[in-house]
Amino acid sequence: MNALTLSDVTKTFTMHLQGGLRLPVLRNVSFAAHAGQCIVLTGPSGAGKSSILKLIYGNYRCDSGHILVSSADDTVDIATAAPREILSVRQRALGYVTQFLRAVPRVSALDIVAEPLIMKGVARDDATARAAMMLRRFNVPERLWSLPPATFSGGEQQRINLARGLLPEHPILLLDEPTASLDADNRAVVVDIVRERKQHGAAIVAIVHDENVREQIADIAVDVTHFATAA
Amino acid sequence: MNEQPLLIAEGLTKYYGRQLGCRDASFELYEGEVMAVVGESGSGKTTLLQMLSTQIEPSAGQILYRMRDGSVQDLWTMSEPARRFLLRTDWGYVHQDPQLGLRMGVSAGGNVGERLMAVGNRNYADIRATAADWLGRVEIPEARIDDTPRTYSGGMRQRLQIARNLVTAPRLIFMDEPTGGLDVSVQARLLDLLRRIVSEMRIAAIVVTHDLAVARLLSNRIMVMKGGQVIEAGLTDQVLDDPHQPYTQLLVSSILPA
Repeated sequence: MNALTLSDVTKTFTMHLQGGLRLPVLRNVSFAAHAGQCIVLTGPSGAGKSSILKLIYGNYRCDSGHILVSSADDTVDIATAAPREILSVRQRALGYVTQFLRAVPRVSALDIVAEPLIMKGVARDDATARAAMMLRRFNVPERLWSLPPATFSGGEQQRINLARGLLPEHPILLLDEPTASLDADNRAVVVDIVRERKQHGAAIVAIVHDENVREQIADIAVDVTHFATAA
Repeated sequence: MNEQPLLIAEGLTKYYGRQLGCRDASFELYEGEVMAVVGESGSGKTTLLQMLSTQIEPSAGQILYRMRDGSVQDLWTMSEPARRFLLRTDWGYVHQDPQLGLRMGVSAGGNVGERLMAVGNRNYADIRATAADWLGRVEIPEARIDDTPRTYSGGMRQRLQIARNLVTAPRLIFMDEPTGGLDVSVQARLLDLLRRIVSEMRIAAIVVTHDLAVARLLSNRIMVMKGGQVIEAGLTDQVLDDPHQPYTQLLVSSILPA
C-alpha cells in the first residue's frame, strides 16, 4: 500500500500586495511513495521542490488535488483535512525536517530534540535519554546540550534540527536539504539514519542537492520540472 | 478524533448601538488546542474575547460549553451564579494589565490562594503550600510569597496573574495580549513559561495578540480579524506561511526581521 499519494496537486500563489499577481507554481503533481521507499525530488531551484514538501506537510494549502497520508490508524487527505486532523497526523505519522532550526528562546537543545517525543506521549525521562543518544550520534558536544541553540553555529543548529526531526521515527518523512551545511562525517550519519528508516518501512520524500548523498539514499527520482507551470 | 469540542461559538455578533463590534464569528475549540486571534486595533478581537468569556452579552449567536460532567450548556441561558462559578474555577482570564487580574493590596500567596478557596479549599497550610508551589512554577522566589504585587516588577506581576489563573487547573484560559507592554527578554521568559504549562496541563486557550511571533510560538490555530469579521482561519503555520487574504498578506509582510 502507498504510504503517501499525491494526485493532481495544483498550487498558485496570489500576491495581493502586487496588484493580485498570480504565480502558478505547480500543476497536476502526481506521485506515490511506498513504505520503505525514498523518493528524491529533482529540478533546478525555483521549480517548486520545497513547495511540494510544504503542501504534503499541510504548511501550504493546495488549490486542488489530493494528498493522501496513510498510517497504521487511518488515511487522511491533507488537502481537505481540518486543522486538528493535520496536527494529529503530524504528531503521529508525518515528520518534516528542513535545514533551518526555529529556535525558541530559553529552551535547551536537549529539550528541543526531546519535545516531539514528549508530545507523542513518551515519558520525559525516556524521551530525554533518546534525545541525548541522537545528539551524540550527530556529534553535538555534550557541553552544548543544556544551552538554547539561538547562538549556535549554522551547522550545529542544523544538526539539532535533524536530531529533533529524525528522532520520532515517523512512518512518513519529508527532508528538505538535510545535509546542506554538514561536514562529511555528519552527512554519513544522515545517510545511515535514512537507510535505517527505510528498512523500518518509512516512506521518505527528500530534496538533496549533494549527488553523493542522493545516490546513496534514492530509490526513485521525480523530476519536478514536469509539474512546473509554463510561467 | 471522536472527542467532542470543549467550546462551540456560533454566529457571535456584537453591535455597540449601530457600531459593529464583531460579526458572525463561528468556530469550535477542542481540549488542549491553543487558538490565536490576531488583527489590528479595532478589528473586533477583544470584543470576541469578551463575548466568549461572558463579559459582554452577544447581540446574536450562542456559545456552547462542555462542562466537566460532559453536559453541553448554552452559556447565556445558564444562571448567573453558575456562570460566575465556571469563570472562577474551570476558566482563567489573563488580562494584558496585571492590575486588572490581581488584587494589588493582597499578598502574592493570597492572590493565588483566593482561587483555591473559591473551589472549596479551607485548609490554610494546604493552600499556602499549593500557592508556594505555583509561585515556583512561574519562577517567583518563595521568599516573596507574603509581599503584595505592588512590590513586583511588571514581568513578575504577569507571572503571578498566570499562577492565580492556573492554580485551579482550568480547562480553558483566555488571554488578552499577555505579553503586551513587557520588555522582550521578559516576554521570552513569559512565553516559554506559558507554552510549557499550557501543553503540560493540556489546557485549551484563546489568545488575543497583535504580535504574530507570539501567535506562532503559542498557538496551533489562528483566526485573523479585520473590521469586526474573521477573514481567514486555519493552522497557524499555514496561515502565516501561505496567507490568502490581502490583509493577512499585508500583516505577514509587515513584520520587521530581527
